[in-house]
Amino acid sequence: MHMLTDHLVILPILLPLATGAILLFLDDRLRPVKAAINFASTLLLVVLAALLVRHAAEAGQADAVGNATYPLGNWPVPFGIVLVADRLSALLVLLTSILGLCALAFSLARWHAVGPSFHSLFQFLLMGLCGAFLTGDLFNLFVFFEVLLAASYGLALHGSGSARVRAGLHYIAINLAASSLFLIGAALIYGVVGTLNMADIAARVANVADADRGLLEAGAGILGIAFLVKAGMWPLGFWLPNTYAAASAPVAALFAIMTKVGIYAVLRLSLLVFGDEAGASAGFGHAFLLYGGMATIAYGAIGALASQSTARLSGNLVLVSSGTLLAAIGFGNAGVVSGALFYLVSSTLAISALFLLVELVERIRIEGADILAVTMEAYGDDEEEDEEQEVGVIIPGALAVLGISFAICALVLSGLPPLSGFLAKFAMISPMLNPEGLATVNEVSPSAWWLAGLLIFSGFAALIALTRTGINTFWATIAEGPAAVRVIEIVPVIVLLGLCVAMVVLAGPIMTYLEAAATALHAPAGYIADVLAAPVVVDMGAAP
Amino acid sequence: MELILAIAIGVLTTCGVWLLLRPRTFQVIVGLSLISYAVNLFIFGMGRLRIDAAPVVEGGVIDPANYTDPVPQALVLTAIVIGFAMTALFLVVLLAARGFTGTDHVDGRER
Repeated sequence: MHMLTDHLVILPILLPLATGAILLFLDDRLRPVKAAINFASTLLLVVLAALLVRHAAEAGQADAVGNATYPLGNWPVPFGIVLVADRLSALLVLLTSILGLCALAFSLARWHAVGPSFHSLFQFLLMGLCGAFLTGDLFNLFVFFEVLLAASYGLALHGSGSARVRAGLHYIAINLAASSLFLIGAALIYGVVGTLNMADIAARVANVADADRGLLEAGAGILGIAFLVKAGMWPLGFWLPNTYAAASAPVAALFAIMTKVGIYAVLRLSLLVFGDEAGASAGFGHAFLLYGGMATIAYGAIGALASQSTARLSGNLVLVSSGTLLAAIGFGNAGVVSGALFYLVSSTLAISALFLLVELVERIRIEGADILAVTMEAYGDDEEEDEEQEVGVIIPGALAVLGISFAICALVLSGLPPLSGFLAKFAMISPMLNPEGLATVNEVSPSAWWLAGLLIFSGFAALIALTRTGINTFWATIAEGPAAVRVIEIVPVIVLLGLCVAMVVLAGPIMTYLEAAATALHAPAGYIADVLAAPVVVDMGAAP
Repeated sequence: MELILAIAIGVLTTCGVWLLLRPRTFQVIVGLSLISYAVNLFIFGMGRLRIDAAPVVEGGVIDPANYTDPVPQALVLTAIVIGFAMTALFLVVLLAARGFTGTDHVDGRER
């Protein structure tokens, strides 16, 4: 047990790596075995991530308990690579593992069999995601980004077909260009500061010579562009709806967390390196994030209204979610960021569920109904025949479950009470309008009005778009025969949406955790001290 | 030496960006390769240019001024390997797209 807690921080990376490697050696004819191994490993990952969250929640509570750190290869900290699991990292690892488990369960019904090496790529994607969330080293972050991108290229093409290959080509080209920007930015920062450890960079930023400061900020800006391409900020996110709409359902559900990796990197680095203690560079880039995020919300909301297919609608809702988070980070207030973290979890769960639902819903629809419905709206609805059928239609069980799930998704994504989307928006807008707390009376800044207005507008747009899709799907003439939905496909959707409901019930403890996380992000001194003082194991004789 | 390296990186990047924006997939992949060469040289340059200095430190007490910075060299090695793998992967997708669409246009159709 002692061994487990010592090495807990690295296990979410090692476990998927080992599982993915083992699965490579198994032939595809043993697919049930591979599926079983993959499922067991992902389930174990959820348990490990939950332990990590429990450990992180204790950090800072009792004396002498800091953030969990893990120096790789036992090298002392600024020289070697270090893994850090603070509250934010642990939370995102848990979210990744839960999405992974649900997407995997969904894929077992059908999708995992349509192409080779699905299970290995799936585990490597989980490894890259967990690694990117846990690492405390800038170049190591690049390596984990490449691991997760390489796996995502394979998964985006999973199932093959002309549309996927075409969208995949654009996706790969854009991400390769973004990776070059990442390297340029990281190299510039190393050239100025002389270290790649994030905490060490943050500790040295205030003392950078004025002549070098421009170079440092240029490096940070280029690095930021690389992250924002991944996060899908307008005008860098045009690739996103195409790729997500073309990807197979379980892959798209897992991709819902991939934009959040870019968001995480921006959140971590902008608050750590350019926080209040950064001297002349404090607050660098925050205004850019705020306005860029607001433009992304507007673009995503208009895109959602204009979407003709449900998959593209979900892709545009991913953009809205990204934009909201970026604007909240750029707003520069710990209260807003803690609300934004709640929004991150809730919107990722709901979008992931929506991507899974889209696939199930498409099955009960008539081919081309999307375009037909939009055309009918434009040219007037002339469907007046079926008036005598109002005696009563038997709603099949599967259809009812799908409809209710879709309605819950719409409620969460548009931010209507009583579900988690509403709480998240409330938690963001309240500190936006009262940054000093509810007790003091203060003037509301114009950017707060704009952002709050855009948040409510984007919720309204999502509501209209989702309601229209829902009406055209569930209240329209549906395909002949009962809806073919298997239990293993609907259970992941119910689990994801159930977690959104659970977030409402447990909102108190979750918000306490997230507020502590946001406060720690805005006061990076604790993080820096924990990482730089990361202990190396001294008595090597104790370990066999 | 600094000027020559800077001009070389600039020329490689310029050619790479121009090719990246071209409509043929082969031009895109050559452009991405050129950009990755430029980036590798750039990382290398960030360790400061030194002649006749070893990156590998010997044991005992040493004077750091006699050695060049080993970290960027290690980073370049990693970046080369990753860039190479990604180019190979992109080449496969490029061929698949050519097979599916019958054209080498990046959008999968002419104009």
